Amino acid sequence: MIEPLLANTDVLVIGSGAAGMYAAIEAARSGCQVMLIDRSLIGRGGATVMAQMTVAVALGSQAPDHWSHHYHDTLMAGRGLCNESLARLLCEEGPACIEEMDTWGVGWARKDGRITAAFAPGHDRPRCVYVDFLKTGPAVSKTLRSVVNKTTGISRSGDLCIVDLTKSDGVVTGAVAWHVSSGAPVVISAKATIVATGGLTRLYRRNSGSANMGGDGYAICLRAGAPLIDMEFVQFFPIGHLAPRLIGMDPIMWDPFRYKLGGRLLNGRMEEFTQNYGVPEDGRYIITRDVGTYAILKEVEAGRGSPHGGAYLSFQHCSEAALREAFGPVIDRLAKNHIDLTKMPIEVAPIAHYHMGGVAANAYMETEVPGLLVAGEAVGGANGANRLSGNAITEALVFGRQAGRTAAARVKAMRTSVPPDARETLDLLRGEERKDMPNTAEMLEALQAIMADDVGPLRTQTKLERALSRIDQIDAALGARPFGVAAPFDLTRLDWLDLRNMVMVARVVAQAALLRTESRGAHQREDLPGMLPEWRVNQVVRLKDGCIEISRMPAAPIEVAAQ
Amino acid sequence: MSEIAILKIWRGPDKTAGCFESYEVPYEPGQSVLDGLRWIRVHKDPTLAFRYSCINANACKECMMEIDGETIYACTTRLEPRNMTVEPLGNKKLVRDLVTEIAPPQERLRQK
Repeated sequence: MIEPLLANTDVLVIGSGAAGMYAAIEAARSGCQVMLIDRSLIGRGGATVMAQMTVAVALGSQAPDHWSHHYHDTLMAGRGLCNESLARLLCEEGPACIEEMDTWGVGWARKDGRITAAFAPGHDRPRCVYVDFLKTGPAVSKTLRSVVNKTTGISRSGDLCIVDLTKSDGVVTGAVAWHVSSGAPVVISAKATIVATGGLTRLYRRNSGSANMGGDGYAICLRAGAPLIDMEFVQFFPIGHLAPRLIGMDPIMWDPFRYKLGGRLLNGRMEEFTQNYGVPEDGRYIITRDVGTYAILKEVEAGRGSPHGGAYLSFQHCSEAALREAFGPVIDRLAKNHIDLTKMPIEVAPIAHYHMGGVAANAYMETEVPGLLVAGEAVGGANGANRLSGNAITEALVFGRQAGRTAAARVKAMRTSVPPDARETLDLLRGEERKDMPNTAEMLEALQAIMADDVGPLRTQTKLERALSRIDQIDAALGARPFGVAAPFDLTRLDWLDLRNMVMVARVVAQAALLRTESRGAHQREDLPGMLPEWRVNQVVRLKDGCIEISRMPAAPIEVAAQ
Repeated sequence: MSEIAILKIWRGPDKTAGCFESYEVPYEPGQSVLDGLRWIRVHKDPTLAFRYSCINANACKECMMEIDGETIYACTTRLEPRNMTVEPLGNKKLVRDLVTEIAPPQERLRQK
């Protein structure tokens, strides 16, 4: 056993996407010592870097807007389940964060000196700022990373995978991490801990997130006693790239194309079909993500899919000049992949994209457990049953800043830190190498297949029950002791630690989906179509004696947003 | 007969202790070398170590390595049905197999 390394800080921030980095900046400029860690490299993994275009914010830079209009659209998209205080915070404080990002030089696209806003489905007016071309996520990550570097008081470390949070007397006191590049355990003592680990897209075979987003934040918070909320609502992005095969391109790249150029969604017979699902598009891009996903999957099911099992998306009505003006260098990258949009449609299909559910928190980003805060996609509730396009980066920035602020206030009010009790987790990491170890990468793929096939956008009781029993089988093969050894970059150990979390979160999603006996937003039960008024409730998940317990809480009444 | 790519990959904990191992990977047009490395982990050896976060999007910039002697991203290099040599970056400290210490020193854990 390698001796554990010890670290001490005021604020521990887990995850270095936009939420984590903004939280670190805010806490540090409030006078705290901050330790910002990531299981990959700082500012490179997570979902932020994968964002292609839109950031929803009521800036009113081009046409009049007010946060209350954005708030209204967010609540409507959430199909009656949004946590209003979180949704309001997102919309009300979005402009300040976007403007601060602008002063940091992120480079929002401008026309005649004003920040331009694109129209996105579900919004009542053009409201989405972006960085050309398809550079929003990388620009946000890079900008925040350089501000983090310049801010006094932030120590940074990549390659640190959190195993569990530590607690003493009911208070979170830090965390135990596994240092991937040395194999050593690390005990981090902190007065406040912010979990900003993003979502759970890695649970699904086809996904648009990074490989490090397997719901680990949800699992560590649940084990530390914090409840989760709305876990049945996984957002699928309807037009993820399917074929022909592309390299060096993000699978959600067609979203910006549709924002700028409209485009036509066609079934395998080259016929428009969204009008049969209540949304006649007529070349515009207005279909929301839940309806778009449903419509494409239903066409495929009826034998009207494209050759690879999705739909066609065509920009053949656009001239070469129009394509170049809108996307410049991206057109050359497509040409290298043998794609000429003026001559051929591409194939698209739904892809796991975002999680509406997450850790339950108040508008200060505090969880039920003292010392434990959350930020960004790790937070559940702001987006209800379906997230509006463009709200994810805004929520990362706003919730990150808010969590940093609350953490700093907590640190100032505390005199001394409580030493973390790390014995149990350190003992877990003392595992011996198993001789009969199954292939962890294969197990991970098996779990992704279960989730994609049986806990995807279209669900039934039969599929969900089958998924739960298969998840149990993977759990049994995983066992209670880690695979691999305490050596540098032992990926079998990293996979085991990931699978431990992924299995737990997969089970939570499937169980919550089984209990919700209706269809709403991103949760579509084929055996139970239609929204039911009695299901205007949020499901709350807790861990009790190692078992998952799910209860119901009435959702807040939809308030008509102020004009 | 279906075509195969043969990836000759450096395995080992440092540059003086290790060797090349060859893996046959089923070839499908349009795959990247990163796809090939991920296939090997699932079907042959889950201990093969390499870095990546985003998958084939060239956003995280973590999968830089030397492929046929050229410093390049595994996610933007096409897998081809021939022998391809895959090595860790020569100018960075080797951690294991294809993983090198690529983070700037101030973004690494300071080990006291």
